[in-house]
Amino acid sequence: MSTPDIIDTLAGIKPGSALDAIRAKRLQARENAQKSYLSLFEPIDAGEFSLLERAAVAAFVTGLHGESPVASFYRDKLAAAAGGAALVRTIDAEIARGKTSGPYGSFPAGPLSVENTAGLIYRVDADSKSALGPRLVAALEHAHLLVFRPRDAAAADMKALQAAGWSTTGIVTFSQLVAFLSFQLRVVSGLRTLAAVNA
Amino acid sequence: MNATVNPPDVFTQDELGWVSWIEPLPEAELTERHYAGLVDRARAKSEYFRLLVRDPEVLEARTKTDKDIFYNVADGLPRAERELAAAATSRYNGCIYCASVHARFASTYSKRRDDVQKLLDEGVKADLGERWNAVVKASVALASTPIAFGPDNIRELRSAGLDDAEIVDVINGASFFNWANRLMLSLGEPSK
Repeated sequence: MSTPDIIDTLAGIKPGSALDAIRAKRLQARENAQKSYLSLFEPIDAGEFSLLERAAVAAFVTGLHGESPVASFYRDKLAAAAGGAALVRTIDAEIARGKTSGPYGSFPAGPLSVENTAGLIYRVDADSKSALGPRLVAALEHAHLLVFRPRDAAAADMKALQAAGWSTTGIVTFSQLVAFLSFQLRVVSGLRTLAAVNA
Repeated sequence: MNATVNPPDVFTQDELGWVSWIEPLPEAELTERHYAGLVDRARAKSEYFRLLVRDPEVLEARTKTDKDIFYNVADGLPRAERELAAAATSRYNGCIYCASVHARFASTYSKRRDDVQKLLDEGVKADLGERWNAVVKASVALASTPIAFGPDNIRELRSAGLDDAEIVDVINGASFFNWANRLMLSLGEPSK
């Protein structure tokens, strides 16, 4: 049996409901949001970005958005991953330290500089570093930037990931994973809101 | 990284280039697996897509999600307003490149170039009329972290004339650009 549609599951959309019918009108989008999820979390090749790293980054990113069915899902996924249970407390502590409101950050110097907004420049707690290891330390710091202040991203951030052992292909998949979750969280939140208004 | 990069410092509807900060795959190394990931073979000419094609399965699924959300206009929200959601999201997140592409599309499909430019110039609080204001406000609420989208956004979209299927198109379009913006902003930069 194929994996149940993850957005429908997280948004609580039941077969035969009004929202099920609306989603069916964008069948290619629905099926490919699902394929995106599967190719990120059940990849053909996890050599450049391990399944444990994927689960840890996903729990962190979704947790930074606050408690939700999506955050619970990925927290459970981390707990169930090989080696993941030992990381749950550390990731939870880092979520608590990293929580803030976005988007903020700086624009290229010029007329838009008046819109620059300062905010938390998150760094992993020194006490969490040994449990996470250098690759995940760099990944969480970059994931926080992607979540809250993507307009601050610079070439130097790529170098920081590379210095921590990330390959170019690993950086691409990692960036896709954080960016995809940014999408998935919002679709689920939007659909749940619409369903609640109609209930 | 590249001495010829000339980054824009304002939001614009002009055509911009995009330069990767890390190494895209060389065109000569692309296999059929990569071309499947690119979906359109012509995308092999784009530095951005040759970078993302390092993970072809994710790129293929991302691209097909994108195309259906924006190009499937057999029913639902007019293309112009899907593009408006994309442009507003990009304006709010700060993606000058994405905003340029989707502001152009919004202008083309709506014939309201001046209003689109107002969004770019004044930002997401620009007054664009009830219907567009509701779409922009919903997009901004979705782009915020924590997500701020709520029942008031649904009510405003409805009173602006959108039905539930059209509201789902706004949710999909705005949400998708929270995906696209983060890739474009973090893997390279725009150039005039």
